[in-house]
Amino acid sequence: MSNIPGELKYLSSHEWVRVEGDGTATIGITDHAQDLLGDVVFVELPEVGVEINAGEEAGVVESVKAASDIYSPVSGEVLAINEALEESPDLVNNEPYEDGWFFKVKLTDESDLESLLDADAYAEACEAEDH
Amino acid sequence: MGNKTALYDTHVACGGKIVDFGGWDMPIHYGSQLEEHHVVRKASGMFDVSHMTIVDLVGSDAKRYLQYLLANDVDKLKDIGKALYSGMLNEQGGVIDDLIVYNMPEGYRLVVNCGTREKDLAWMEKQSAGFDIELTERPELAMVAVQGPEAIAKTMQVLAGEKAEAISSLKVFQGLESAGWMLCRTGYTGEDGLEIIVPEAEVVTFWQQLQEAGVKPCGLGARDTLRLEAGMNLYGSDMDESISPLQANMGWTIAWQPSERDFIGRAALEAEKAEGVKSKLVGLVLEERGVLRAHQKVVVEGLGEGEITSGTFSPTLGYSVALARVPAATGDSCAVEMRKKLQPVKVVMPPFVRNGARVYK
Repeated sequence: MSNIPGELKYLSSHEWVRVEGDGTATIGITDHAQDLLGDVVFVELPEVGVEINAGEEAGVVESVKAASDIYSPVSGEVLAINEALEESPDLVNNEPYEDGWFFKVKLTDESDLESLLDADAYAEACEAEDH
Repeated sequence: MGNKTALYDTHVACGGKIVDFGGWDMPIHYGSQLEEHHVVRKASGMFDVSHMTIVDLVGSDAKRYLQYLLANDVDKLKDIGKALYSGMLNEQGGVIDDLIVYNMPEGYRLVVNCGTREKDLAWMEKQSAGFDIELTERPELAMVAVQGPEAIAKTMQVLAGEKAEAISSLKVFQGLESAGWMLCRTGYTGEDGLEIIVPEAEVVTFWQQLQEAGVKPCGLGARDTLRLEAGMNLYGSDMDESISPLQANMGWTIAWQPSERDFIGRAALEAEKAEGVKSKLVGLVLEERGVLRAHQKVVVEGLGEGEITSGTFSPTLGYSVALARVPAATGDSCAVEMRKKLQPVKVVMPPFVRNGARVYK
């Protein structure tokens, strides 16, 4: 069973968001997603400073098996990207919620968060996908 | 639910992630495909390849039959146990399957792919009319591939006595029988190693002994990245019934001499050669970020288009490589359409990696 932390919000396309409480949010992909993808070999991230919109493509994660788009769960300005992923893409496999984060955003519309899934709803979405 | 090999429960117990592979429930990896890949390049790994189809052939016409059935010539097999790689072609020169044939004391042994089992057996039966031969499938035999620079030493450590002696006498691309087993110095990874045919009842113990000796279980995911780095074709991806060996980088497997040997597909291949072969299978290298994948479009300026037949991230090289079918006149560069953008790539002759190191220019 994959790890789905209770304090995070999710998209059914397997991105997670951690609301940091200072108007910013951190985004990555879930443990379930990294397990489906297998060994991650490259991550393409948005540029720092660009504005991204909720639901739009914000990058690509390539594993040995497949390439998958990453969608941003929220709108805002990209404040930082995880440069460690360039050298160590396996952080996504090993620590999807910690050192394997993708990018940080300054939120422009906190109401984006309302439409996201909580841990239980995301777990159900994963369950439905598996069957 | 698919077919299961005798090692299925062992794979599950070792943490193997099971997927459907040509109708068989097989482990794709045991945690990390990349780690399994590296262990085969640097030490030793083992694969359950019991899903492959083994067919024994006996009869007074066995040799004559194979000389008709296969594009390569079994007359080259002078020593007992010597193996030959060949395409089995249809009348149009398309590849029905690629296989290995071993010269056995009592006849021949063929090892063919799992996904093509039924059509292969039906074709072999159909072509047997007028030949005094008998074909016997051997589903009771399992098969384990032990591959890597340490593979032979580790296997000899596990198999003392007669079998170890047989291994030490093996030449490359040869298989010898010993006490109901067959020990073959063959493989699909570009490393030295063995493919060992074992009675089903003995395979679980053998696997466990290898594991205790430090040979790591590897899944079919690593088998694919290893074989692609080694530039080896995969049936159904890099060639099939619509592709001739001349277009699949398998020209070396066609025995044109003696010219009077009439094998199935010969006339079509000769016509294709006379007309000029239109496409070829080449290696592509993308040293930038990104992964080349099967079915991506290849654009060759001034010549037309091609297609990637197999593509992957190369764990040994740290970037992506692929096999692609391109116009025959393609030079040393082309471009691949990746995510709607054209990405320039280098065209090389496979293999990409041999014995753990980069080999292409």
